[in-house]
Amino acid sequence: MNLAALRAQLSYQTLLLGSVVLLTSGALAVASRATDADIQAAAARDLQASLAQVLPGQYENDLLKDTVLIGAPDGAVTVYRARRAGKVEAVVFQTAARGYAGPVVCIMGVARDGQLLGVRVLKHTETPGLGDKIEPAKDPWIHAFEGKSLGAPPADKWAVKKDGGVFDQFAGATITPRAVVRAVKGGLELFAREKPRMLGELKEGQS
Amino acid sequence: MTYARIAKDGLWDNNVVFAQMLALCPTLAVTGSATNGLGMGLATTAVLLASNVLISAVRHLVSDEVRIPVYIVLIATLVTLVDMSLNAWAHELYKVLGLFIALIVVNCAILGRAESFASKSPVLASAADGLMMGLGFTAALVAIGGVREILGSGTLFANAHLLLGQGFAFLELTLIPEYRGYLLMILPPGGFLVVGFLLAGKRLLDRRLAARQAAASLSLAPNP
Repeated sequence: MNLAALRAQLSYQTLLLGSVVLLTSGALAVASRATDADIQAAAARDLQASLAQVLPGQYENDLLKDTVLIGAPDGAVTVYRARRAGKVEAVVFQTAARGYAGPVVCIMGVARDGQLLGVRVLKHTETPGLGDKIEPAKDPWIHAFEGKSLGAPPADKWAVKKDGGVFDQFAGATITPRAVVRAVKGGLELFAREKPRMLGELKEGQS
Repeated sequence: MTYARIAKDGLWDNNVVFAQMLALCPTLAVTGSATNGLGMGLATTAVLLASNVLISAVRHLVSDEVRIPVYIVLIATLVTLVDMSLNAWAHELYKVLGLFIALIVVNCAILGRAESFASKSPVLASAADGLMMGLGFTAALVAIGGVREILGSGTLFANAHLLLGQGFAFLELTLIPEYRGYLLMILPPGGFLVVGFLLAGKRLLDRRLAARQAAASLSLAPNP
């Protein structure tokens, strides 16, 4: 039987579709196995790099292995702890707020005295060319947070200038920087509330 | 069909965006800047080339009745393989192109070329068709992205170094310094406007060329 006649048969078509799906799923399974370790490693490297960005200086421990889960208003937050001489000197954790087109996810480093060491935006879906100035590759705006803390500037100045605060907004985009400021402020408030647990210095009898 | 014909078809006469009017969804979504257009265009070109070759190679085995599901499965697998390999072994590039790769799956131009060309043509011609259609698509995206970027933010190829490496930082131009930006052009409606105007421009150019050709052949025609 020649190929043309075979192609017209229902059993051949069923078999063909089945084999194509089987072969492609097999290829995907093999590729997934082959790439999985490298993808995990790349993700860990990315995380390490973003931790290092908001945490200047040298610390003695592997941050990825020294974590604690803290309950926050919208879900648990993983806190990475950086130690010197066994003592937690700084913590890094994620914080988020609603932006113009979806959540703006930030990572922030906080020293044990509550001062901000650095903030970076990990993920956002803001308008390209307007809201994306929160990325340090496009605008130095995000560095304005370094050295700030809950008391300085005072709580009512933790806002963009349009709202009477100290942080710049962008031409044509106020909602995005507003969201970042809100996320960072929320993160600092979480740190103030959960400081003993984040630093691992919870005294006996406290919950 | 000659290779010159294939090239002209892909780049101009039968351009994915400006003649076939396909792939408008990814086109409007990513062309806020010329750099994004370039990234999407190059990623699509790679997948289009590979899918055309693959589908042309198996074209004698595939029955007409089940060809669409077979093509869709093959294309989706190809895109997923590209996505995983880039993520694992070219992670820096993946961080820039990752968004575009997922969008390629919904690009109907790829299925369109599989259906209308690769399933009926030999492997080499299909490869040429994939490459030329891809390059035509890339050119269209860069053109749309360039116009939108200049009008919308006053720059051209901003952040090209993130896509192409530091060596291409010279491409980044600020054409209108201290420009406050024209938001409409960056948002999706601006994409529709620019596609419309560029399309009208291409039609006008094509008509002029056709008129000139007709005039030339008329004057060359021997007098009766």
